[in-house]
Amino acid sequence: MSWSHYAYYLIVALMMIGLYTVISHGNLLKKLIGLNLFQVSVFMLYIGLGAVEEGSAPIIKDGVETYSHPLPHVLILTAIVVGIATTALGLALVVRIFEAYGTLEEDEVITRDAAEHDGVAA
Amino acid sequence: MTAQLPALQVIIPLLCAPFCVLLRSRTIAWLLFLAAAAGSLACAVVLAEQVSDGEVLSYSMGGWRAPYGIEYVISGFNTPVLLLVSTIAVIVAVYSRRSLAAEVDSKRIPLLYACFCLNLAGLLGIVATGDAFNAFVFLEIASLSSYALIAMGRRRRALLAAFQYLVVGSIGAIFILIGIGLAYGVTGTLNMADLAQRLPEIYGNRALSASVIFVFVGLAIKMAVFPLHSWLPDAYAEAPSAVSTFLAATSTKVAIYIFLRFAFTVFGATLVFGTLTLDRIGLLLACLAMVIGSGAACFQSDLKYLLAWSSVAQIGYIVAGFSLVTASGLEAAYLHVINHAVIKAALFGAAGLLLLRLGSVRLTDLAGFGRTMPWTFAAIVLAGLGLVGIPLTAGFVSKWALAMALIEDGQGLVLAVMLVSSLLALVYVGRVVEIGWFREPSPVIAASAVTATSATSRSSTAERLPRSMTVATWTLVLLSLYFGIDATLPATLAESAATALLGSGG
Repeated sequence: MSWSHYAYYLIVALMMIGLYTVISHGNLLKKLIGLNLFQVSVFMLYIGLGAVEEGSAPIIKDGVETYSHPLPHVLILTAIVVGIATTALGLALVVRIFEAYGTLEEDEVITRDAAEHDGVAA
Repeated sequence: MTAQLPALQVIIPLLCAPFCVLLRSRTIAWLLFLAAAAGSLACAVVLAEQVSDGEVLSYSMGGWRAPYGIEYVISGFNTPVLLLVSTIAVIVAVYSRRSLAAEVDSKRIPLLYACFCLNLAGLLGIVATGDAFNAFVFLEIASLSSYALIAMGRRRRALLAAFQYLVVGSIGAIFILIGIGLAYGVTGTLNMADLAQRLPEIYGNRALSASVIFVFVGLAIKMAVFPLHSWLPDAYAEAPSAVSTFLAATSTKVAIYIFLRFAFTVFGATLVFGTLTLDRIGLLLACLAMVIGSGAACFQSDLKYLLAWSSVAQIGYIVAGFSLVTASGLEAAYLHVINHAVIKAALFGAAGLLLLRLGSVRLTDLAGFGRTMPWTFAAIVLAGLGLVGIPLTAGFVSKWALAMALIEDGQGLVLAVMLVSSLLALVYVGRVVEIGWFREPSPVIAASAVTATSATSRSSTAERLPRSMTVATWTLVLLSLYFGIDATLPATLAESAATALLGSGG
């Protein structure tokens, strides 16, 4: 196993932490945090792909010969915008769910819904 | 002018969205969405005309030539989907005005139309683009706007449905992003045609295999392939009627298209179906989806949930079609994409009519609705028969094509499962018919009949169904019947799509 690519191991670890948080937590806000972590780890994967040994930031400058690959940076700039939109929409939904149900725990939201449903049927 | 059409059909709805928000008028927003949909349809028709002879149109965004710039590709494989999405958009636009006015808070309607425009732009963008990363961005535009659309549902449960869809859908999107990233890492290109050219040299590379798996698992979530379908029933059932009509007909279908695009024209059928055996996995999941989706639909107590579960099963048919990796299988898959979209849109449209009149689509509240609303009932019966696959309906044509493709490939077991699923479809459609026609009218229906005659209470909409909504629903029903009787148009489109997909990959 080579440790020259240690960054990727860390990124995958971060990815798994994020995904696990989304799956394991019942709290809607924590789910969103996990989702964000998962997303950010993928951004870092892309940035890692673009890294060039000894490369400087891709801005033309005297005395610099090697630059990092700028394309992944640009792609991730777009993905960050998408990520912000997802988080913003998720948070907006969380706020409205809290207004409607008075709780952020997924289980409780579902039980309250079921209770309301039975109430209507009865 | 016609040279710019591939970009225009995406840009028109994209530009209409901010105007919907800025002008804040319900009528103007509605007109903008209608115009965007009609504009896209016009573009799609002209484009389909241009590539009907097997030509491939390539458009360089901003004049940057592929593979450096973003390329839009119009060819036989995407014109059927472009036509489908924009046609459904026009019909839903007509339908939506009165339906949304009845179901959604009036202040939110312009915003909702903005989301509709964005969704349309996203879906058309996914279909037209020839760049892998661009496809991801459009997928997210379409997904984000659909989360917002679903959250506009009348019950508070819609919020949870939208949130759950957001979490699951984002995980799917991130999976796709990882997959595209890995493919980019091993090839250094994002252009689909360029990828297809460079990938065969490195078949067997582990990063490439991982990339294929990530992309397809992510897309399977967006397609709602069993067992990744959990978001679909809640999302479709809780959304406002016009939204469920639009999404049920288009969003999963577009995901299926991009799946095929990646499988056949990017990664290549030999890798995806040969080495990684996605064909066998696809057939297995398709069988499970057909049985479990139809089975679950039989036990639903709410019409919209029933229809949503039936969508899970119908996606199984489509997956079974393309998992055969034969020309006839792909053709059947495309046919069913078109026919199922039309049928399911008609059914959700009819469900919206019931919701408007009765205020509920729970099956217990629907008892006897066939007597007070015979036309809506007839629409549900005709479209429902299409779902089952009775001869002379669109469903029959595509199921027949699928059955022939299965026999040709010697997949007797899958055929048997398909027949079981169709029988189950007969059960759930039969249940709706039984409740609607043979049961004594429920108190809700009786009450609605009273309000309709006394004309005293809340809304004039309760007395007579808005004509725009009935016309839109019946257009879809008649379209499905027309495709059942004369299948030349969808069959030609499906055939050219199958040839284009098999021809350009490897």
